[in-house]
Amino acid sequence: MAIDKFTTITATAVPVPYENIDTDQIIPARFLKATTRDGFGENLFRDWRYDKDNNPKKDFELNNTKYSGPILVGGKNFGSGSSREHAAWAIHDYGFKVVVSSFFADIFKNNSLNNGLLPVQISEEFLEKIFSAIDKDPKAQFKVDLENQEISIMSTGEKEKFDINPYKKECLINGYDDIDYLLSMKDKIEAFEKTRVKPYTY
Amino acid sequence: MAGKTLFDKVWDSHVVSEIEGGPSVLYIDRHLIHEVTSPQAFAGLDKRGINVLRPENTIATPDHNVPTLDQHLPIKDYLSSFQVNKLTENTEKHGITLFGLNTPNQGIVHVVGPEQGLTQPGMTIVCGDSHTSTHGAFGSVAFGIGTSEVEMVLATQCILQPKPKSMRINVEGELKPGVTSKDIILYIISQITASGGTGYFIEYAGSAIRSLSMEGRMTICNMSIESGARGGLIAPDDTTFKYMKGRKYAPEGADFDKAVAYWKSLRTDDDAEFDKEIHFRAEDIEPMITYGTNPGMGTGITQYIPREDEIEPSNLKSFRKSMQYMGFNAGDKLIGKSIDYVFVGSCTNGRIEDLREFAHYVKGLKKANNVTAWIVPGSKQVEKQAIEEGIVEILEEAGFELRQPGCSACLAMNDDKIPEGKVAVSTSNRNFEGRQGPGARTMLASPFTAAAVAITGEIADPRQVFGILEPEKAM
Ligand code: SF4
Repeated sequence: MAIDKFTTITATAVPVPYENIDTDQIIPARFLKATTRDGFGENLFRDWRYDKDNNPKKDFELNNTKYSGPILVGGKNFGSGSSREHAAWAIHDYGFKVVVSSFFADIFKNNSLNNGLLPVQISEEFLEKIFSAIDKDPKAQFKVDLENQEISIMSTGEKEKFDINPYKKECLINGYDDIDYLLSMKDKIEAFEKTRVKPYTY
Repeated sequence: MAGKTLFDKVWDSHVVSEIEGGPSVLYIDRHLIHEVTSPQAFAGLDKRGINVLRPENTIATPDHNVPTLDQHLPIKDYLSSFQVNKLTENTEKHGITLFGLNTPNQGIVHVVGPEQGLTQPGMTIVCGDSHTSTHGAFGSVAFGIGTSEVEMVLATQCILQPKPKSMRINVEGELKPGVTSKDIILYIISQITASGGTGYFIEYAGSAIRSLSMEGRMTICNMSIESGARGGLIAPDDTTFKYMKGRKYAPEGADFDKAVAYWKSLRTDDDAEFDKEIHFRAEDIEPMITYGTNPGMGTGITQYIPREDEIEPSNLKSFRKSMQYMGFNAGDKLIGKSIDYVFVGSCTNGRIEDLREFAHYVKGLKKANNVTAWIVPGSKQVEKQAIEEGIVEILEEAGFELRQPGCSACLAMNDDKIPEGKVAVSTSNRNFEGRQGPGARTMLASPFTAAAVAITGEIADPRQVFGILEPEKAM
């Protein structure tokens, strides 16, 4: 089953300039009761977005109409904590295609890549530049070019390269899915199983 | 050629193939599933029209979403009940063993695996839950995965995974009286930060680690993920083999001896090299507690919350947000802070050894009036043992009640939510904003410290409260 193909994006961004944003903030546990993948965007950053009477909290960036766009920019160590893939689903379902940070938690990174959400990891200096570009002009444009593994600040022309596993890059560009790949290896997996004898199989 | 690490040995023996410039195809021996992160994976299989490849390698149990009172009654919350029923349905359909609610083996998936002997040295173990790292205490490569990966394992018994870097953390020396395994891991995370382990798989070594029981080792490996690490593991030794023997799913007789011979080979070679190596001294550790909103924000219980000038400038915004959330001030003394709730449980400290320890110290004393305490066993088995060993009576006499097994207030998906603004001392593993309920404030500590707090109603040094020099292991 294919995931969305990723091409180049040039767009505005939404900042959430806090460090250590964990997946409990991205999607609180009480919203994990669904048995489908849909609709999690509604509860993205639920407790930061709404107070207990469900009124939007004005000071939270997602509620500030001056910010918009498919690029989410978070502080260092984004997506730590729980392995819940619901966090990646929520961000994607809300409409984001890219998450930028200077550091990602491992499981979050894998989960994002498995859902066509591109994690872009950059240096702390460049992250600061992006935050200040948005600060200066909330409509500042950024270009995320997966093919060339490059993110640019359009107003200043500054660029930085980012890393991505070549296999994962191929998957995203072509919309391939890991499970299809693994299913195509079934014979090899079964052959491997035959090589495993006691006591290794305990 | 340099030798191999324990991690290398286990990982490499499970690689089916490598993708050039990409992840490894890793074979998975044991797959554990629960009700929250599996339904979408089963739905994915249905959509593809395929079955589970090796149903016998997967074990299921509901834990995250179950009530901890009146478990014999139908679950009241419609969505929770739907999710738990879905697990039953999916496991029946695919021929997967289910330790269902109200059956003797149910419990938190990371408590159940080891106690049933499902967790064994040298295995690869995954679960759609980040605390799968717990199982590394046996010298297995165990890590948490997302739901797409759960689907991968169900469909192919394999997972695509880049090999993490290796780190060894050595804790040498003897622990001071009153310092437990929970304090060791909270100390480590406070030193390396909540992201210091990201990208790594950690091997814990050193005399202080080797001296721990299996339960203590599980507590350490459990919280590996709180440093960002993919997982943590400890080389199996006689303590491990002794624990394994006689467990339901452990090998028996001659098979057991053969297995032990193999398990003994699971150790890091003397000339193996790690990408990173860190040394700590056991003597430097005191009972720990967290004051902030990530597990790295912890300190010795007799200490103070850092002042702002001690915080890195780039971290100041997050630090202030955290202090505001907790209702604390930079520079505050921790001892004496009033506490509303105490939670003893979770896959970090909800094992029988933890309940024994808590009960041992509260025995003959009374719970403080201002404290609401929830004591939640990690599994049905733990509950049974607690009843058989008379722990329940000790707790009741001291004003505590033993609830029924599940994740409970660790993540507050069920009714066990700490109310907004209330402060809880919790033996679980995460103090994130809202983790234990919207607006709940969490301070992480050991069961020993939790006992002192439950009795005094405030943050207190357990060594003083219980007047101990040598904490008698309540065995
Ligand atoms: S007890 Fe807490 S950390 Fe452990 S599996 Fe349950 S929710 Fe996760």
